[in-house]
Amino acid sequence: MHYIEPHAHMVSRTTADYQQLAIAGCAALCEPAFWAGYDRASAQGFYDYYRQLTEYEPARAAKFGIPHYCWLCINPKESEDAGFAREVLQIIPEFIDKPNVLGIGEIGLNKNTKSELAIFEEHVEMAKKYDLPILIHTPHLEDKLKGTKLIIDSLKNANVDPARVVIDHVEEHTAGIVLDAGFWAGMTLYPESKCTAARAIDMLETFGMENIWMNSACDWGISDPLAVVKCALEMRKRQHTFKTVQKVIFENPARFLQQCKNFKLPETP
Amino acid sequence: MPTKTDILDLYFMDSRAKLLDIASYLDRLDRHEGETDFRQDGFLAALQTMLETKENRAAAVLNTLSDHSTVPEDSATIQVAYGAPQTK
Repeated sequence: MHYIEPHAHMVSRTTADYQQLAIAGCAALCEPAFWAGYDRASAQGFYDYYRQLTEYEPARAAKFGIPHYCWLCINPKESEDAGFAREVLQIIPEFIDKPNVLGIGEIGLNKNTKSELAIFEEHVEMAKKYDLPILIHTPHLEDKLKGTKLIIDSLKNANVDPARVVIDHVEEHTAGIVLDAGFWAGMTLYPESKCTAARAIDMLETFGMENIWMNSACDWGISDPLAVVKCALEMRKRQHTFKTVQKVIFENPARFLQQCKNFKLPETP
Repeated sequence: MPTKTDILDLYFMDSRAKLLDIASYLDRLDRHEGETDFRQDGFLAALQTMLETKENRAAAVLNTLSDHSTVPEDSATIQVAYGAPQTK
């Protein structure tokens, strides 16, 4: 079995995790820019982070034969200070032409504030200016429903092509809203607070297997870099065919990511 | 497609264990001193929703535990989420 991990925060993981991903059949992985678990003290901190995403992590992944891609942005948790966020936004164009950059992400909302929304909209304009796809983070827990609706309204107002946007961390109450509006949906498999494998498969069975992917996030929190392949195993237990499993864990992410000019379909067995 | 028996075979024991965890959590809260807060209010409301809803129960529970306001907040005083909406 081979698969694409479309959302993994590898800066938080050990090199042994890359080894495990390679053994498990990970053919490519994509790393959105996000929160580091703490607020960075300066825009320069983001400069170093973007270097890590575009230089260091691709080299670390390559040692295990895994192509590493990334998305760039300032995350919503650090966008409450709009002045600071705009300083960081000015850095991003310097990195956009790096060979592993897929687009703008993971942008979105955290506490659904006016400042977060303003910076989200400025990211969307940047994506339009550079003709880049967008990966979106939706808020967690009680803030997800409201945040998802605000994000979709904003994207509609900006006349963004929904087929070039993936809205991540959907759950049962937001998956239909996202898919019905024509966007791609991402389900994040997480031991705590997000979505279990069983629930993710329920959503696939309920909302269909089109325009949807699964990811592990595997960030600095309690998370599992192998969550996608473990969910694939759960799909087999639920009597889904190999073909269906392969569609969800490889063909679907490949179909979305091929809209990114730097993404190359990975070599597979 | 799996049958209901297949689903029971796959998930009954796990769901039974999670149900017992919820029951013991409620007893644990009762045994200890102090007051609960909006999180427990939301939890109990969500339990009720789950029992009263006949389909799409997970979505109904998540909706019960969601902020249903529609206007962006003026500012954020915290970065975290609690899992249940606070009464404003």
